[in-house]
Amino acid sequence: MVQVQTDDFDAGAIIHELKKSTNSIGAIVSFIGLVREFSHQDNIDSMTLEHYPGMTESVLHKIEADAIQRWDLLATSIIHRVGNLKAGDNIVLVATAAAHRKQAFEAAQYIMDILKTEAPFWKKEHTANGDHWVESKDSDLAEKDRWKS
Amino acid sequence: MIQIFYFASIREQLDCSTEEISLTDNIRTISELKHFLSARGDRWHDIFDASNQGVLFSINQEIARSHQAISDGDEIAFFPQVTGG
Repeated sequence: MVQVQTDDFDAGAIIHELKKSTNSIGAIVSFIGLVREFSHQDNIDSMTLEHYPGMTESVLHKIEADAIQRWDLLATSIIHRVGNLKAGDNIVLVATAAAHRKQAFEAAQYIMDILKTEAPFWKKEHTANGDHWVESKDSDLAEKDRWKS
Repeated sequence: MIQIFYFASIREQLDCSTEEISLTDNIRTISELKHFLSARGDRWHDIFDASNQGVLFSINQEIARSHQAISDGDEIAFFPQVTGG
């Protein structure tokens, strides 16, 4: 399941839904990304998450489909918020369900590594010292390389 | 006509979120489109000059390469490296 939304999400409810989806689940792994309170020594008051309606969802669907196929997942949820978020707010949830923990852990890491480098979202941080667009990190691009098969 | 979208810092620098342009004989690929946009000068040149490697682009919502062809009715987008998650 892929969802791009402005509203907050309830991680517990989403995991509950995953559990109900099939009997064969032996492992569920979930990751939540949050708006950090500090960045480059500035207090972040809020953040704006911009996206490309249409392309964002289709890229997330493709990442999900690749993960399901590669790790034989039984269910997945990817939820990413957009719009204006405050420090401490939830940004993204990735949850993976599989027969065993190795698949669930690896798939969740894969989804996040690929999402961070390919999904069309852009973050703008608002601080007391001004606004600035977050820059992509070389380390994120390097993380993506480990998944090349 | 093609529809062009600009996102994030590129949109802000150009002060333009979207526009429609007619395809001409000179604009058949992404590379040629960038050349056309760069010729507008100032910030358009800064962003779309061939020396700037930081701009990504898509054709009909799929990531594209410079040599890829553009057709009438296509949706093109230009954006910086993504920072979601």
